[in-house]
Amino acid sequence: MKDLLTALAAVIAGIALTALIYWFLNLIVRQFPEKIKKVIEPYVFIGPVLFLIGLFVIIPTIQSIRLSFMEEAIDGSTKWVGLQNFKDLFAEEYFPNMVVNNLMWIAIVPILTVSIGLAIAQFANNVGSRAEKIFKSIFFMPMTISFVSAAVIWRYIYAYAPEGQDQVGLLNTLWMKLGGKPQAWFQIEAFRFNNLLLMIILIWLSAGYAMVLLSAAIKSVPEDTLEAGRVDGANTGQIFFKIVLPQIWPTAIAVFITVLIGAMKVFDIVLAMTGGNYNTTVLAQTFYLEYFIYGNTGKAMAAVVILILAIIPVMFYQVRHYRKFEAAR
Amino acid sequence: MNVIRQKKQGRGSFAVLIILATFWLLPTVGLFITSLRAKGEAQTSGWWDVLLHPFSQNWDLSSYSQVLTENKLATSFISSMAVTVPATILPLLFAAYAAFGFTFLSFKGREFLFSVIIGLLVVPLQGALVPVLKMFISFTDKTGIEISGQYAAAWFVHSAFAMPLAIYIIRNYMMTIPNTLIEAARMDGASNFTIFWRLVLPISVPALASFAIFQFLWVWNDYLIAFVFIGNERPVLTYTLLSMLGQYGEGWQAVAAGSFVSLSVPLLVFFSLQRYFIRGLTAGAVK
Repeated sequence: MKDLLTALAAVIAGIALTALIYWFLNLIVRQFPEKIKKVIEPYVFIGPVLFLIGLFVIIPTIQSIRLSFMEEAIDGSTKWVGLQNFKDLFAEEYFPNMVVNNLMWIAIVPILTVSIGLAIAQFANNVGSRAEKIFKSIFFMPMTISFVSAAVIWRYIYAYAPEGQDQVGLLNTLWMKLGGKPQAWFQIEAFRFNNLLLMIILIWLSAGYAMVLLSAAIKSVPEDTLEAGRVDGANTGQIFFKIVLPQIWPTAIAVFITVLIGAMKVFDIVLAMTGGNYNTTVLAQTFYLEYFIYGNTGKAMAAVVILILAIIPVMFYQVRHYRKFEAAR
Repeated sequence: MNVIRQKKQGRGSFAVLIILATFWLLPTVGLFITSLRAKGEAQTSGWWDVLLHPFSQNWDLSSYSQVLTENKLATSFISSMAVTVPATILPLLFAAYAAFGFTFLSFKGREFLFSVIIGLLVVPLQGALVPVLKMFISFTDKTGIEISGQYAAAWFVHSAFAMPLAIYIIRNYMMTIPNTLIEAARMDGASNFTIFWRLVLPISVPALASFAIFQFLWVWNDYLIAFVFIGNERPVLTYTLLSMLGQYGEGWQAVAAGSFVSLSVPLLVFFSLQRYFIRGLTAGAVK
């Protein structure tokens, strides 16, 4: 209870403090002549945020990059080691597997998420507004669940007990009904099947997000373009693929990119399900493991830098896309 | 003819959606049922057994009382609240100010700085964690003020990392405020400070609400920042839940109950504020 009161006090104090900061900055700015005031006033508005972002995001990220070229001794002193951390990371037994896993997440999760979201959005568009609302809530609900809770939820699906014992996992029960023997699903490394099982969880979590955005896009497709297709005798499939899809393509790409970034950064799911064992490790999980479990700063930072490098192209795409969007409005 | 075809199409779509929806709901329903079962039963049979024989089942709420007290989930619940509420509210004013600057004021480097904000939307959190942690530790060494391990550490980091998305959502909304309104206020001699507080901030409340819902869910569900900056001194729900996963001795029904405790708040937020949530999402979420 005391903690809650502290938090509440912090909220009130924090708001008062921020308001005071801005009030004070405004007071200072007002002392200047009109001409100078006009130049510096905008920075009063954006300055505090730039400071926050600089201090907690930009500078630390640059420091991480610097640390990836350093070796850290136990006493905290650092020395320049060039690319050694990267070489060490590349030499790890898990490294090739990790790269393949990350590539699989990137290749499989976004495309399936967008496809499923699109299918649901399109089907939901046909069933009348009340049913549509209910269905949408059902598909969207997992969006609000944490990765850790999702992991708990899916453990009940994938649970395994040796043959002859009671099975509580849904997947194994179904599998045995079909005549199979109980499987330890997470240990099936053939074709990285266990990785696929983890990916299903992220797809389950994010398909609702794709659905909401794509559904909004589908609804904004002008009715007369659909009518024109019908008049020309196009069937449902043709109308969808030749008329609807091209018009919602930009939204589909935007959703794809967002899910792609999520798949690149995936971490909690792997941590909670397998801990990266059985060849399921990924970059972000490697960072966690090397830094917090093995205390290996250099290798952890090297993993982070690779993650940043992988995300940079997406970042440039986002900025360019935004600029185009901005120019259009 | 069209009407008949549409009706047929509707029925087909309905059937497909029912199948998909069952698949989507099943995992969560299973969790909920499991959390209500007695320990022995949850350990020896699947939760779907309950659906087959609902009356021979021993319904049992004891796993909830067990996890809330023995596993200190009640304490974790409070910790989660203490982290989430300030981390949701504190960034609002900062972001609104900056969004106002980016929308209504012209200054050198505006386009460039905003491009940086857009770029930062996707920057991975992991990149900043370790140096920020080191910064907190060296701050404590110099001043004797503890930050790491306190809620405040998580408030700072969550607030800073929320800035790009917050500014983006709020600015997108502010762009829809007619410029003539601002110009009229300026003509009347109002300063930017007054225009922000009296005019733009009240109009922007829906955008602030959309972001707040997002941020609330994000922080509540976060594991990494809570693990790094608060850790086991004041474990939040995700942290406690993950450590419970390691100890199956407690039984399936206990983990399920714990998970449901942590789910309850997001679900409540979701079902009561769904409209605003979805509006925020369509306003451009790229996190």
